[in-house]
Amino acid sequence: MLPQIKPSEKSIYLDHAATTYLDPRVKEAMEPFWDDYYGNPSSLYKKGREALNATSTARKTIAEILNCKPDEIVFTAGGSESINLAILGAARQWRLHNPTGGHIISSAIEHHAVLHSLDALKQEGFTTTLIDVDQDGFIKLDELKSTIQPDTILVSVMYANNEIGTIEPIFEIGKWLKDLNEQRIADKLPKILFHTDACQAAGALELDVQKLGVDMLSANGSKIYGPKQTGFLFLRSGVRVRPLIFGGGQEKNLRSGTENVAGIVGLAEALRLAQLERDVENKRLQNLRDYFMNEIESKVPKIVFNGPDERKPHDKMLRLPNNINVSILDIEGEALLLYLDSYNIAMSTGSACTSTSLDPSHVILAIGRPYEYAHGSMRFTLGKQTTKDDIDYVMTVLPGIVEELRRISPVNLNPEQPEQVSLEKAFVGQNMDKFRNQKIKS
Amino acid sequence: MASIKPIETNKLKKAEVVNQYTGETWVYSETVKDHFFHPRNLLLDNPTEGQFDAEGMVGSPACGDMMTMWLKINPESEQITEMKWKTFGCGSAIASTSMFSVMITENGGMHLDEALKIKPQDVMKRLDGLPNRKIHCSVLADKAFRKTVNEYFRNIGRHDRVTTEGSRIVDKVLNITDKDIEEAVLEGAKDILEVQKKLKVGVGDPESIPEIEQLIRFYCEKYYG
Repeated sequence: MLPQIKPSEKSIYLDHAATTYLDPRVKEAMEPFWDDYYGNPSSLYKKGREALNATSTARKTIAEILNCKPDEIVFTAGGSESINLAILGAARQWRLHNPTGGHIISSAIEHHAVLHSLDALKQEGFTTTLIDVDQDGFIKLDELKSTIQPDTILVSVMYANNEIGTIEPIFEIGKWLKDLNEQRIADKLPKILFHTDACQAAGALELDVQKLGVDMLSANGSKIYGPKQTGFLFLRSGVRVRPLIFGGGQEKNLRSGTENVAGIVGLAEALRLAQLERDVENKRLQNLRDYFMNEIESKVPKIVFNGPDERKPHDKMLRLPNNINVSILDIEGEALLLYLDSYNIAMSTGSACTSTSLDPSHVILAIGRPYEYAHGSMRFTLGKQTTKDDIDYVMTVLPGIVEELRRISPVNLNPEQPEQVSLEKAFVGQNMDKFRNQKIKS
Repeated sequence: MASIKPIETNKLKKAEVVNQYTGETWVYSETVKDHFFHPRNLLLDNPTEGQFDAEGMVGSPACGDMMTMWLKINPESEQITEMKWKTFGCGSAIASTSMFSVMITENGGMHLDEALKIKPQDVMKRLDGLPNRKIHCSVLADKAFRKTVNEYFRNIGRHDRVTTEGSRIVDKVLNITDKDIEEAVLEGAKDILEVQKKLKVGVGDPESIPEIEQLIRFYCEKYYG
């Protein structure tokens, strides 16, 4: 029996990792740049100088937060573009002087902006290695270290994962690469650049690039209560990348095109506010998240949480404070998503049926969960406006929906024996299971 | 130019997703929505011994759906008197199976041979359409039904009426069949590169590529044409 409760009047948005609303203070900061200070920063007259002043101030603000120089910030049109510029740009720069070779290392749980950039580079003759992660999603450092080759030119590891929230050991990798690079330069081997995709981390974690030890860092506005299609790449002085977009030579020739002045102002203000408020907000979100996890655990049977569990003792932050990822066994994620939607609750799933490629979440598979766990994986990401009342409302409907969907499901998994899934008799194409095994490993 | 309407922000605010094929709101048509939220002919408890004449199960690990189906058939008239099902599947799988169950049991039940002629497209028509990339999920009911009917024929000893969809090996090195390519197309692969990504087909057996391309065209036409 489905919960006989009216849909929530308030939209309960629990998908802040997908995108966030625009903080009203950010909106206010952007306001004058639409129709008052609308000049082109490249123009010499007053209107142009006003605009240039705005982008310069924004650049300085971001540089202060990152503890870098303002001219090390390249504004782009979003996180994916920053990542593409870092990875494709660094590889193609290297290609200018090296007709063959070039090896790039990344992790198995990166965002598609990274993975598909690497696919593109493979077609250009580069080789790539994706490092496995452990059951909580932490990159295997030993494997990373043993994968380095003489022609390795770039390591790209995300700061925090978008699906399960795992915070990767960027500091450790940065420090280790720094020592390794000293040796490599002495050995006349190419320096290995280090890039991190910080799009999910920017609102919650420290962004000091000197401490992180990165050469490049990508971040964007749309995950931190800033405007969409805004982003930046931190590019350490001396690191050269080939541009993706050619034209008027803006952003030191690295990103041509008239600057999105309002967007740049909004991005800087959003990052400033997020970093200013993050300690207090992180604490609040962690408490709310742990409460939500306890509620799910006590009211929904047969579930498995994905990613590190901070309810257990830990000495440092292991995952993003707002992220919950749970595999609800025996049910399919999209069906649950649609039911929750009918109660005005928004969240996302790792189910194949909601992805454009019809492939289940590569992150859930990479942490060693079977296909069925990925198809039933649900991601809730809390935000600044999420309250305990919202969580309580979700908990009044979630158990009933799960129960109903389980009643119509022929699957009955035993979480103690995860290998006993994917009933063989259910496979239609005989060759599919061979293919399936390959896929799980890759 | 005057006919181009401005974006009406107020409408957007209320707007649900618009089905690009039917123009209806939400991801699915009203009929799909109805069958999704109120599925017909579900079997909620486990069947008792002898309650049905045949049971079949199908599923695809790659799309993450699975279905069990039960049939009760009048042995004299060969009409389907009952069709029950359970699924681990998405909205499209639930709605299309629900609709399929209605189609084959309405008006006293369809004759087995007639029911076997129903194509996934017929179900989709009754559902007022499905988005292209969800067609894959709707084929599940069709497959489950064929498997269950075969099971019935075996149970009554009519092995001559069992239809097996012969699969033919296309890529000799990796042992990949035309059925696998059909699966890949249903999962959204539209050209050889995308099919290769899903199946690694043709990599070890380059001679098979022209035939694979032909199969991709055939299945694209069949399901999306």
